[in-house]
Amino acid sequence: MNFLSNLISGLSLGSIYALIALGYTMVYGIAKMLNFAHGDIIMVGAFATIVFINNLGLPMIVGVLLSVVVCVVVGVLVERIAYKPLRSSPPLSVLITAIGVSYFLQSLAQVIFGTNQKNFPKFIEITPVHINELTIKGESIVTMTVTFSLMVALSLFISKTKIGKAMRAVSEDKQAAELMGISVNKTITITFAIGSALASVAGSFYGLTYGFIGPYSGSMPGIKAFVAAVFGGIGSIPGAMLGGILLGIIENLAKAYVSTELSDAIVFGVLIVVLLVKPTGLLGKKTNEKV
Amino acid sequence: MLKVENINVYYGKIHAIRDVSFYVKEGEVVALIGANGAGKSTTLKTISGLLHSKTGSITFLNEDISKIEPYKLVGRGLAHVPEGRRIFLQMTVRENLEMGAYTKCENIEKDIENIYARFPRLRERENQIAGTLSGGEQQMLAIGRALMSHPKLLILDEPSMGLAPILVGQIFDIIKELHKAGTTILLVEQNAEMALAVADRAYVFESGNIVLSGTGKELSESDAIKKAYLGGS
Repeated sequence: MNFLSNLISGLSLGSIYALIALGYTMVYGIAKMLNFAHGDIIMVGAFATIVFINNLGLPMIVGVLLSVVVCVVVGVLVERIAYKPLRSSPPLSVLITAIGVSYFLQSLAQVIFGTNQKNFPKFIEITPVHINELTIKGESIVTMTVTFSLMVALSLFISKTKIGKAMRAVSEDKQAAELMGISVNKTITITFAIGSALASVAGSFYGLTYGFIGPYSGSMPGIKAFVAAVFGGIGSIPGAMLGGILLGIIENLAKAYVSTELSDAIVFGVLIVVLLVKPTGLLGKKTNEKV
Repeated sequence: MLKVENINVYYGKIHAIRDVSFYVKEGEVVALIGANGAGKSTTLKTISGLLHSKTGSITFLNEDISKIEPYKLVGRGLAHVPEGRRIFLQMTVRENLEMGAYTKCENIEKDIENIYARFPRLRERENQIAGTLSGGEQQMLAIGRALMSHPKLLILDEPSMGLAPILVGQIFDIIKELHKAGTTILLVEQNAEMALAVADRAYVFESGNIVLSGTGKELSESDAIKKAYLGGS
């Protein structure tokens, strides 16, 4: 029973990673860049949630939704100001810029909120569910419900809607997409908006899981989600979901049965092994299915 | 309908197109022929905005389009079937057609039906991933996709490239049909013989210049052309 409850909290943590990993993988698929500032969007979202719920006293759902708006605005602005002018620059310049944006967001958060960690509001209080001896935390249930619904919604959006199809077209062939009348720039903006919205939700649940947030709180889940995206096959949407969930489960089981200190090392170790065996990641193909 | 005046296009320092001017009238099929690397595809890419000319102007339906972003041209009635087809290989046949109608909101189902009526093979393969189609089917899909936007001017870049002779014949039959139906077509072809047979007029490219022009018939009877491109005496 203990194993099962560890597995479930791993699944819950993994679903948060998956939401973040989706942002990495979509931006990579469409703009062909690694947005290393993506992790810090999580931090922005979490701080926004703190401000809206703790400082302004807004209701929980309103606070979370408003922080989504904040993150979308920040994500789109970052793309416009920092990445768009570099559209035809070498990938290395874009990568360095992304790292710069990451530091910028962290420093900005330090200036505004100070260097200390802040308590994150327990915005959901649900009594744990007991099934025989198995206990599932209320937060886990809400986290998984929301994250999995978002993943299903995103998959439907990508496969069924006109904009989703245009995103796939752009990820496959930018010039051809442009010749169809699809604006590549607008599509990239939409991708950043969606990725940032998902990161914001992930930030709220990440804060809920750990209880506090500081200016650097985004970097570790950001890196892990990046690992998850590579693990699943970067550019692949189902890959990011699978990679994120597996990563969360591995991390939690490692914490429970091996050692808390070593859990991150184990997570990254697994990535190395997987990439040695399958360099394109679990669901990555050679001539890649992107987006 | 289309008027290209004195365009000069560079790839870095390479001067790829030199003072090229030509025009296409409504209802015409105009062919650009010439050897590999003569600048035909570059000219087409410049018309659709993927490349830019340092000089001159490109007028389409009485408006200068040389500064317009490529994605806006579809809405103005220009469809470009690029070299190498460039269909979306990971998407289904139907989704490719839907992308062709990206700028439209109405009658998409009816238009897809029309394309299927013209190319029955595509209907059979409607839900297949486009990457699984044969070369000829992919070319039909590429043309069908472009027709979804109801273009006033259809630009075809090397539609016969890499196809078996029997399929080349089919593609040219399609071009003739489209011509009959009133579509204006700007065609780039290495297969000069076939191109001249369908074209009302043609321009001959050589190292970035237009060296000769005339009606399809005149050019196919010209000695210089026969020697250079038709492999005959």
